[in-house]
Amino acid sequence: MEREILIEPVTRIEGHAKITVILDRDGNVSDARFHVTELRGFEKFCEGRTLWEMPSLTARICGICPVSHILASAKAGDAILAVAIPEAAELLRRLMNLGQLVQSHALSFFYLSAPDLLLGWDADPEGRNVLGLAGKEPELVRAGIRLRAFGQGVIDRLGGKRIHPAWAVPGGVNRPLSKDDRAWMLENIPEAKGTILKTLDLFKSAFDATARSALGEIPTMYMGLVGESGEWEHYSGYLRIVGPEGEIVVDRYDPAGYREVIAEASEEWTYLKFPFYRPLGYPDGVYRVGPLGRVNACDRFGTPLADAELEEFRGKTDRRSGRTIDYHYARLIEILAAIERMERLLSDERILSPHVRAEAGVNRTEGVGVHEAPRGTLFHRYVVDENGLIEEAEFIVSTGHNNLAMNATVREIARSYISEGKVTEGILNRIEGGIRAYDPCLSCSVHAIGQMPLRVDIVGPDGELVRRIVRDSQ
Amino acid sequence: MRESDVITIKIDGRPIATSAGKSVLQVAKENGIRIPTLCHLDGLSDVGVCRLCLVEIGGKLVTSCTTPVADGMEVRTDTEEIRQHRRTVLELIFAEGNHVCAFCPSNGNCELQDLACELGMEEVRVPYSYPRNRIDATHPRFLIDRDRCVLCGRCVRVCAEVEGAHTWDFAERGRSVRVITDLDIDWGDAGSCTDCGKCVEVCPTGAIIRKGAATAEMEKEPELVADLLERRGDV
Ligand code: SF4
Repeated sequence: MEREILIEPVTRIEGHAKITVILDRDGNVSDARFHVTELRGFEKFCEGRTLWEMPSLTARICGICPVSHILASAKAGDAILAVAIPEAAELLRRLMNLGQLVQSHALSFFYLSAPDLLLGWDADPEGRNVLGLAGKEPELVRAGIRLRAFGQGVIDRLGGKRIHPAWAVPGGVNRPLSKDDRAWMLENIPEAKGTILKTLDLFKSAFDATARSALGEIPTMYMGLVGESGEWEHYSGYLRIVGPEGEIVVDRYDPAGYREVIAEASEEWTYLKFPFYRPLGYPDGVYRVGPLGRVNACDRFGTPLADAELEEFRGKTDRRSGRTIDYHYARLIEILAAIERMERLLSDERILSPHVRAEAGVNRTEGVGVHEAPRGTLFHRYVVDENGLIEEAEFIVSTGHNNLAMNATVREIARSYISEGKVTEGILNRIEGGIRAYDPCLSCSVHAIGQMPLRVDIVGPDGELVRRIVRDSQ
Repeated sequence: MRESDVITIKIDGRPIATSAGKSVLQVAKENGIRIPTLCHLDGLSDVGVCRLCLVEIGGKLVTSCTTPVADGMEVRTDTEEIRQHRRTVLELIFAEGNHVCAFCPSNGNCELQDLACELGMEEVRVPYSYPRNRIDATHPRFLIDRDRCVLCGRCVRVCAEVEGAHTWDFAERGRSVRVITDLDIDWGDAGSCTDCGKCVEVCPTGAIIRKGAATAEMEKEPELVADLLERRGDV
């Protein structure tokens, strides 16, 4: 008899989702699905609004990474105004994006995932959270909290408001950087760098190559933006896709033309769409984005400390790591790279220029804004009328790109940890851990109304519910 | 009684000597007594449409902006009943439009928002009507978003009384009332509009704004009207 296992809710991920494990007649996993059950409809209710409201309007898609939507939206706006934004505006937007990357990655690692990684998936669930971790590793937790606060401080000082800064606008940004704020950022960089270097060491000593297989390994393609010479990029540049062996699949591709490369499929059992690599079709065109996607896509970081880490991470081969746990590893390396880049940006005197905004009217009726959000490549595409009112809006959000891969990961973990229908709490946590590695931010990735917490259902081959595992979210 | 005749009224029990011909609101203002307003603007005629300046005179609620002072009048501006009514009026105004301050260009500089804070409006108890409006962004420099229009008519009055263009007016009745440009054509096509921007400055909310203003960027100068009139010697 086939049975289905359902984990609900997946704690410590943002938003709501549900997992179904389908068992075959022997009680082994035949399939697993990660459902997103929240529908949001942002694309629809942007219609008729003005281009200039879009950064703040779309910022509301997500409370965790509003900055990412603000920046993608402002970039789509630049494209519609058809302006080159002032140099300082670009430097400042880059700085904010890096601040966002640091704070979001730090949240994901220290608050959401480190309890599993450092206390173990099978540790008592009562203490397997950031407070439990604080009891065991107070230094680490304190430093992690301060690291996140640093990223937020950068956003705060640039945007004037931490959660939804109305700061980046079509044409640039609306406030230059003050000398005092720059000084504050520079002063805090050494501590942030020290924290991430220590954390990387701790991670590497806790997880050798074998331990890093715990959440499975799936060979996929990887996508991310890269710069002129193939270096890691987060704000502009070209779209690159590499294969599992590091072979180039797509390179030097103008991200504004993403619709040629990426198409979206949908399934009736989830609201989250499935973007796929168009030439390979659905569901074969699986690629991954986010920390592992970017780190695997680039040739180098272009900053010394991060490059040393990348060399160690990659070893001597071109082969790209497909281990799901390596999302965490890549996330930590990216924090380091971001801090190095911030230091470089802040040392550039041009960043203090008061010229931060180009004024223009609507010069084109379509614009695409693309950049790397913490969780992966984010696309905003708008079609406007000649007065700048939105006629059509499309978002491809980071978590969506990873949808196919997250399903594959859940399936793989379920297969190796559930057999003959036997399930234990620790195994369920590994499935959750597999999803958490992607740091999915479900509130932005779905087009939906209403909420349903995530749970795991076990269903049999005939569709009957065998067991439902539900836990309260923490 | 001539306009210059000194009369005595009481506001909230306080005796005040003033002259006939003024409105209750004006006298209260001159004496530092705060009465909330929305449709009133110094320099424009008073129409009493927003109902926020309600006060109690002789057991009746009246709009202070349109009620002239009279000798011996006793006015109460701040009873629990008045506060309740003002809050309800404000809630109705919010429920009639689509106000999402989070991405509104006037966020942080909005008279309606300020009133909600001042009057302690914590919720809207009537159902929202969610009207379907279309933004008119056809004017090269300004736009009107009727989702945020409170029908105060300041744009209508400033345009007719100060600019002399009379581009704006009201159309329809009851719940369908809305402000229009010329004979209900797109603002960009309204030949009477002189592009002076006074309506932008006097609009108390994010309804009439400068094109290109992003969230929280719209700051207005409604005092401009009184200043202009004073400079023209036209008070
Ligand atoms: S007009 Fe005022 S109250 Fe209405 S949405 Fe804008 S800020 Fe809020």
